[in-house]
Amino acid sequence: MKIIVCVKQVPDTTEVKLDPVKGTLIREGVPSIINPDDKSGIEAALSLKDQYGAHVTVLTMGPPQADAALREALAMGCDEAILLTDRMFGGADTWATASTIAGALKTMEFDLIITGRQAIDGDTAQVGPQIAERLNLPQVSYVEEFKCEDGKLFLKRQFEDRYQELEVKLPALITTLSELNKPRYMTVGGVFDAYGEDKVKTISYQDIKDHVDVANIGLKGSPTRVFKSFTKSPKALGQFHDGVTTDQAVELIVSKLKEKFII
Amino acid sequence: MSANVLIYCEQRDAALQKVSLELIGKGKELADTLGQKVIAVLLGKNISGLAQELIDHGADEVIYADHDYLADYLTEPFTKAFSAILKEQDPEIVLIGATSIGRDLAPRTAARIHTGLTADCTALDIDPNTKGFLMTRPAFGGNIMATIICPDHKPQMATVRPGVMVVRKKEAHKGVIREFTVDFQPEDINVKILNTVKKSNKRKDITEAKILVSGGRGVGSGENFGALRSLAAALGAEISASRGAVDLEYVEKDRQVGQTGKTVRPDLYFAFGISGAIQHVAGMESSELIIAVNKDAEAQIFQYADLGIVGDLHKVIPKLVDALTAESST
Repeated sequence: MKIIVCVKQVPDTTEVKLDPVKGTLIREGVPSIINPDDKSGIEAALSLKDQYGAHVTVLTMGPPQADAALREALAMGCDEAILLTDRMFGGADTWATASTIAGALKTMEFDLIITGRQAIDGDTAQVGPQIAERLNLPQVSYVEEFKCEDGKLFLKRQFEDRYQELEVKLPALITTLSELNKPRYMTVGGVFDAYGEDKVKTISYQDIKDHVDVANIGLKGSPTRVFKSFTKSPKALGQFHDGVTTDQAVELIVSKLKEKFII
Repeated sequence: MSANVLIYCEQRDAALQKVSLELIGKGKELADTLGQKVIAVLLGKNISGLAQELIDHGADEVIYADHDYLADYLTEPFTKAFSAILKEQDPEIVLIGATSIGRDLAPRTAARIHTGLTADCTALDIDPNTKGFLMTRPAFGGNIMATIICPDHKPQMATVRPGVMVVRKKEAHKGVIREFTVDFQPEDINVKILNTVKKSNKRKDITEAKILVSGGRGVGSGENFGALRSLAAALGAEISASRGAVDLEYVEKDRQVGQTGKTVRPDLYFAFGISGAIQHVAGMESSELIIAVNKDAEAQIFQYADLGIVGDLHKVIPKLVDALTAESST
């Protein structure tokens, strides 16, 4: 069984702070990580490999430094890594990103494609389903559990108010939630091997040009544009009490609830 | 065909999702600005009875498709039906609720019809100069807001966070209700539903609660949430939590408020032991009244609280419950 896991290297957004004066993001010193939902995708692929034997390829599209994410995936146990990188891919929205990745996937063999549900820097959850559409594959998103038997996948698909148990024939694409599992750590031997030469294969537009039109990649191929971005202004400060006793605290809350006719 | 504002109206088990009505409310406002109509789309099995409800909430026209293949949500048949309707209607704007269904259907559809899609919007406007659609959403984990446009492709599509837009008052209206036939083939279904398990309905969804008693990492343990539950019981409230508390398994994931959880705007939001990371604030800052108790005077949450108290939640909550019980018995 051939599995390809698509991952994204993202800034750890929980570490991002706002410059209180300028109102801009402080990006310096923010670590880059494998997007958490994607990391669960890697773990899911590796556990299939452990159980049934599988060849796991990890693929990312990004700048050259995304290499670090791939090395980490290799050190976790992935067999092969592909870095899809080209200046022509820059500025892509989800539509153009999916076109590009689907173009690369068309040059590869696979039974199952796994992507994380969404990336923590964009939170769109769009690229996985859009890759599935481009490859004309069945998709199941929000997968919180799954197993593989007789060439079929059995999945638990999460909704707000329910879950579905589904059966899907391969090939297919699934998007995984970080609740799916607890990703394994890199092994020492794995880290050693991952940093060997020729472990990461780099693919540029030239390598996939027969599978995706140049009009469908990068900023030019993106239907959406960022019109502007801004930080939210905090609302007017409310009442703040430090150094009050527990009784005073309770009193303050009760009178606020009365003032607002809640009690 | 004149360009219009088209709303995907999600239903589950032939019950409309609240977000559908919220989007009709917003869609009507956008359509009025553009001098256009609101078209509501319903996909399902035995759902035509819901159409009038959509009209009474502001839709001018309802297009529905009714088929066995649409009985339960599956990506492929729903995408086929929705794409066919969009192709026929050629709308200017399309709005879809950013639910676990909308966020599956919308991207697949946008990929099929080759247009842009903006995810999880929290504000929607029309540019007064270009008449273009301005779609604003939190990005970077809620640290910044970005306004996205889709200038050269139609329709301009957005998924919209549930709980953000306001439902219009229901008034009896007349509107057009029309059935749309989809040419389904057996190969349109490649995923088999073996079983559907609904979560117990006893507790209300936190997005519908009037009062939320929310706890964070500072609560300390799952057992300690018991005190918050007592307070919730005294106020007729629901329990919710920050991501920190959910990650530590103090409470279930469906109680999570914030960027990766749910957006809520109750009349009253209690934040106990919640530091107020921007990802959390993004999900609750529109609450009518915010009361925060935290032992750290520097906690970010105090910047958003209408009433902020530095104190020990483990002491404050039991006494507060006693005080409320005393109040209600007088």
